[in-house]
Amino acid sequence: MGKKIIIDPVTRVEGHGKVTVHLDDNNKVIDAKLHVVEFRGFEKFVQGHPYWEAPMLLQRICGICFVSHHLCGAKVLDDMIGVGYSTGKHITVSAEKLRRLGHYAQQLQSHVTAYFYLIVPEMLFGMNAPPEQRNVLGLLEANPEMVKRVVALRKWGQEVIKAVLGKKMHGISSVPGGVNQNLSVEARDRLLNGEEGLISMDEVIDYAQDGLKLFYDFHKKNREEVDSFAEFEALNLSLVDEKGNVDYYHGKMRIVDNDKNIVEEFDYHEYLDFFSEGTEEWSYMKFPFLKRLGREKGSVRVGPLGRLNVTKAYTTPLAQEALERFHHYTKGKSNNKTLHTNWARAIEILHSAELIKELLNDVDLQKDSLILMPPKTDWTGEGIGVVEAPRGTLLHHYKANKEGNITFANLVVATTQNNTVMNRTVRSVADKYLNGNDIITEGMMNAIEVGIRAYDPCLSCATHAVGQMPLVVTIFDANGNKIDEQIKN
Amino acid sequence: MEKETDKNTFYSHDLPSTKMDTKVMAKRDEKIQVAMIGLCGCWGCTLSFLDIDERIIGLLEKVAITRSSLTDIKRIPKRCKIAFVEGGVANEENIETLEHFRENCDIMISVGACAVWGGVPAMRNDVSLKDCLTEAYVCNVGAVTGDKPVIPYHKDLPRITNKVYPCHEVVKMDYFIPGCPPDGDAIFKVLDDLANGREVNLPTSLTRYD
Ligand code: SF4
Repeated sequence: MGKKIIIDPVTRVEGHGKVTVHLDDNNKVIDAKLHVVEFRGFEKFVQGHPYWEAPMLLQRICGICFVSHHLCGAKVLDDMIGVGYSTGKHITVSAEKLRRLGHYAQQLQSHVTAYFYLIVPEMLFGMNAPPEQRNVLGLLEANPEMVKRVVALRKWGQEVIKAVLGKKMHGISSVPGGVNQNLSVEARDRLLNGEEGLISMDEVIDYAQDGLKLFYDFHKKNREEVDSFAEFEALNLSLVDEKGNVDYYHGKMRIVDNDKNIVEEFDYHEYLDFFSEGTEEWSYMKFPFLKRLGREKGSVRVGPLGRLNVTKAYTTPLAQEALERFHHYTKGKSNNKTLHTNWARAIEILHSAELIKELLNDVDLQKDSLILMPPKTDWTGEGIGVVEAPRGTLLHHYKANKEGNITFANLVVATTQNNTVMNRTVRSVADKYLNGNDIITEGMMNAIEVGIRAYDPCLSCATHAVGQMPLVVTIFDANGNKIDEQIKN
Repeated sequence: MEKETDKNTFYSHDLPSTKMDTKVMAKRDEKIQVAMIGLCGCWGCTLSFLDIDERIIGLLEKVAITRSSLTDIKRIPKRCKIAFVEGGVANEENIETLEHFRENCDIMISVGACAVWGGVPAMRNDVSLKDCLTEAYVCNVGAVTGDKPVIPYHKDLPRITNKVYPCHEVVKMDYFIPGCPPDGDAIFKVLDDLANGREVNLPTSLTRYD
């Protein structure tokens, strides 16, 4: 007869997911899946809206990586009006640097949120700790000083986003052909030097190093478990510059295998020639894969671990040092250790901080040449944008008609790219921790969630698409009157 | 969603777990209990809650967060004073959760445009679900040529409602904080008023309607 165990909802991740595990009579795992249970429908309802609304609208897919969606959309619009990468022209240097600054700030903020608020509790308390303890309340009870620093670090990242994008969330600065504001000297100095209630740039770098140290300590104590946790080979995808190093804002898509050989490399405007998507009945999230390799072998891993496996070097000194240690650990091969994603994430926090510091000292941020307005005849009506979002490679693709109204939108988000590897992780952890145990505990099930959290999945992002018709759902208002009933078609 | 009533079905949060230190727990129990839920939203309002920054430390001296996507407490453990609700209602699970919150919480707050009026997800109310469905899974540009399109449908997936609803159309809500998202300052003001037993007074300077 066997049994079924459900994790519902998966917590300390963004968005809505659940896990089901089927066990046989001897508690051997028969099946384990991550289901994404939400549905929204952006691709359809954005149609008919003016093209310039897209970056404002589509960033509402996700409250944690909104800058990525905003910029990805802006890059599509650049293409559309005739100044994007596909046109061979280019927005101004200042505009690109301002967009990059916002992007790096979000990377910092998003990774800090995921790492410290969502992931660190296990690193400090262990996977079997009481569920009531494994969270920010527990951190505060155990180590208030650390929480203060984390709060300060996240706040600083949000302040950079606000200075660049106009709001702490769902910003408004990127427009077709550039950005609508530069960074004032006062805003810059405030971020560099700090003020009452706001830490300085150098403190940010210090705190980021603390975060990395936290991983090293945790790793030292738990090396065997951390290294063997959901370890399996996968292809790795990242955007790269001409030197083959990660570029978070622009580049070619590069996919490498376990020996870091390039499997595919292409201009993202050609993505449809390379990627297909599978669908399963049990999840609203699709399963992308490389056409040439097929569904079984062609799915990729994106995000911090994928990027660090692809990239050869960083331009900033502290992050480069950390990257060398990271690469050295797997002797030049790809790192397939799922929990090392958190190591990679901590390195990226430091790298983003250093990149921000470089940019804040760049006088181009104060220049006034911010928007390119090409003649109407340059209108192409179609565009594709890609960025490396905190969770991995994110792609937007829209078409608009002559009037400028959107007629088509396709989005391939990072969490969706990771769908297959996340499901493999779920299975691998279930096998390792549950298989054959007489008593299945909450802590064992939490191990599965730990595996999922390593990807920092954004299940909100993954459910932009639309899903199944309902059977019969009746809704009553607060007074008990029926306000909706929908019957399956 | 079909209720999992099968005697062979278990939820992870009902399995044996490590017990929390009783002293720490007793301290939490003395505080004002707050439950948080994200329904159909983008998680932005939940993160805007974190934007109250260092004030969170003072606030958490007075309140304890129980069920929330920021904790692993997956069900409301006991009656709560305050419920923080992000997102509107878009599937049957959202309805159940919201009703359960209403039954177990004294004060319900709709936080952000999605909870207050449906927000961006409610834009799908102008389109028929059939069209949405066709767009995503049948006309999918990434679909494998020649493959029969698969439309997700499974007993482990909640069924979707015809339209997206604001929370107050499903249960009574007590307070509304507009904005997409509301600033951390606005969220803090409301929670701080409630935590200190003051009447909620959200000045217009702190509200936004984007
Ligand atoms: S109101 Fe805005 S920020 Fe809040 S959940 Fe909805 S879309 Fe996200």
